[in-house]
Amino acid sequence: MTAILDDAASAAGCCPASQAVPVAFPDEAVTGAGQAGTFAQTGEDGRHVLSLLVDGITCAACIAHVEKAARSVPGVEFARLNYSTRRLQVGWQENSADADSIVTALAARGYKATPYAPEGVSEGDDAALKTLLRALGVAGFAAMNVMLLSVSLWAGSDMAPETRLLFQWLSALIVLPAIAYAGQPFFRAALSALRGGRLNMDVPISLAIILAATMSLYQTITGGDEIYFDASIMLLFFLLLGRTLDLRVRAKARSAAQNLLAMRSRAATVIRSDGTREFLQAEHIRPGMTLAVASGERIPADGTLSSATATLDTSLLTGETLPESARSGATVFAGSLNIGDPLELVVTAAADATLLSEIVRLMEVAEQGRARYVRLADRVAAWYAPVVHGLGAITVLAWLWSGAGWETALLNGIAVLIITCPCALGLAVPAVQVVAGGRLLRAGILIKSGDALERLADVDTVVFDKTGTLTTGALQLADPDRYDEATMALATALAQESRHPLSRALTAAGRSHPATIRNIRETSGFGLSGEIEAGEIRLGSRTWVGAGEDAAPEDTQAEIWLRDAAGNLTRFTFDDELRRDAVETVSRLRQYGMAVILLSGDRTPAVRAIAETLGIRDWRAGCLPQNKAARLTALSAEGRKVLMVGDGLNDAPALATAHVSMSPADAADIAQVAADFISLGDRLGAVCDCLTTARQSRRLVWQNFALAFGYNAIAIPLAITGFVTPLIAAIAMSGSSIIVTLNALRLKWMS
Amino acid sequence: MDVLIILIGAALFLGALGLAAFLWSLKSNQYDDLDGAARRILLDDDLPED
Repeated sequence: MTAILDDAASAAGCCPASQAVPVAFPDEAVTGAGQAGTFAQTGEDGRHVLSLLVDGITCAACIAHVEKAARSVPGVEFARLNYSTRRLQVGWQENSADADSIVTALAARGYKATPYAPEGVSEGDDAALKTLLRALGVAGFAAMNVMLLSVSLWAGSDMAPETRLLFQWLSALIVLPAIAYAGQPFFRAALSALRGGRLNMDVPISLAIILAATMSLYQTITGGDEIYFDASIMLLFFLLLGRTLDLRVRAKARSAAQNLLAMRSRAATVIRSDGTREFLQAEHIRPGMTLAVASGERIPADGTLSSATATLDTSLLTGETLPESARSGATVFAGSLNIGDPLELVVTAAADATLLSEIVRLMEVAEQGRARYVRLADRVAAWYAPVVHGLGAITVLAWLWSGAGWETALLNGIAVLIITCPCALGLAVPAVQVVAGGRLLRAGILIKSGDALERLADVDTVVFDKTGTLTTGALQLADPDRYDEATMALATALAQESRHPLSRALTAAGRSHPATIRNIRETSGFGLSGEIEAGEIRLGSRTWVGAGEDAAPEDTQAEIWLRDAAGNLTRFTFDDELRRDAVETVSRLRQYGMAVILLSGDRTPAVRAIAETLGIRDWRAGCLPQNKAARLTALSAEGRKVLMVGDGLNDAPALATAHVSMSPADAADIAQVAADFISLGDRLGAVCDCLTTARQSRRLVWQNFALAFGYNAIAIPLAITGFVTPLIAAIAMSGSSIIVTLNALRLKWMS
Repeated sequence: MDVLIILIGAALFLGALGLAAFLWSLKSNQYDDLDGAARRILLDDDLPED
């Protein structure tokens, strides 16, 4: 999270706990309690440790609030929040506290905490980053001390031979163990590439470092002057720096994605045959079990509804904005949100067999396809390495042919390999990516994979989803001033008792004080009823209030009807609002020369209306997840490079199929996992920002490659003809690395 | 030039000290939560409780 975003948030009184008002609780937070115990882990000393993901942390005060809230639970021994990853660890002795009370304590302070199983969140990146940092520290230490000795060697031409020898041996003593330790990340990668019959950048790097060290050792022993200890360790230091930067960018993005995935493994309430209820983690659900799903909870497994009726929000699966009513015996799918009364269902497919998992599987297949993309740096390396090794061999042969001895010939050959070692190339891409990542982060966009920027720069077609992407995804009362005060008062009074999305939208639009109504009842799937002095009033569907099918023009808008005590009918209509900058963004994309396509799972009239407003000619409604993915496959078969922008679970396979993809931050977890970019704000314009940055980055990367090759064009002839001294090698190497880094920094000031 | 031995020894010792400190801080997870560390300094939990 950037400092800028955070500071803005803290100025506005960000944390829930810093606001004086009692916090209205998101439904899913409350249902999260009661399940936490299954996630607690017991250590050997009988101490329980619970890992939680905490939502809503925005400033320093939140750290104190969260840790204090957790410690306030009797029996809790420690609570430590990692601000960067939003993960909280709480520990207590057996039987002295319980997991649910911790979740509840955090909830009372306004922080939604989700327990997760820590083994689901891989620590691989952390370990790799630590290895690299350790190597970087060792290489840095060695480089500093050797440089101290080397500068004396270069400067002190009148140095006594014994002192000279002492300095050379000291250098060897420092550098050789340092290389043996800090060079391992490169040596390992080079070995595995060679075993696989490939050449990557690590092969010439490893070869240059090892040869330089070996030759310098030989020269030290035989009393020669061609000693490259300083150059080889400096080379290693710069390359490790590039590698560390690269991994940090990717690790940060991956931990955000893992947080989302970890949240998915929720628990479910199982009703046993004797009527007792029990919490089970989602992977332990089996077909045939009866599950209870509370209001506001997501259905954990596919099944057959056994309650009489239910109202479900299936937008995650289908993109459909309107809630769906289901009757007893209907098939309901995992991932649907229960927005009506508590319901019961009999599981027909659990865990890996659910529709949800099917979508995830579609997505994984698609991702494997995308993994075939070869990063620019690796493509360059694929021909750079053979050229460099060829040049080295030619140098040796040419010197031998011209009558020089084996030693001179080998020395010059090795000098070629050292001087061409892709120091600047190793930094050229990561340096630009780090600067670009920082710039996008300040604009509220997260990059998930390192090569996403490269792929984005190739894009020529943009495919949008409708609900939640082009539109805000939240229904709003259309033209609220049309209704009179008394009607609104009645409608709001009834609507605020219901969790139905239309009722919520109506409540949100209510200006006046709601009227007093007694005996409010909700009939799931139909509507609400209540009594006032004058008689019964009803709010709900067309049939619920008794309006005939011809009572209003058949249009596409979502509607809710009110019948007051006198029998007068009022029809409220709702719109799914376009994002504010949607029109502007689409026209800007056209200026960039992009083809714009709209694929939605929603009904045809709703999609047509949006497409016409935005001037998108190529649109399709009623798309299933596999239709969207198939369309994207077809587009890429035509040779198009597609950017997919979507937010729903139904978009996930398409997001994974596309050449590159983007999701808003309020998208379904799985969509965010599939997407390469996540935009945090509610601006659609983020798409344009990303495209501009990606194209500028590509230009800078190519410039950096050009700089690196230009440096080689000057240095290689010197090396081949035997004019390179250790001093020239040291200057050339650090000089080219610094120039490449400075060039990457220019991205910061580009508009 | 015997003083060189002492100087080089001192330079290497100090450098090694710095390296040891870095490796120790890395091992004790001090780089895990850089954003958090920057913010925790603002917390007043070292003040006596009222």
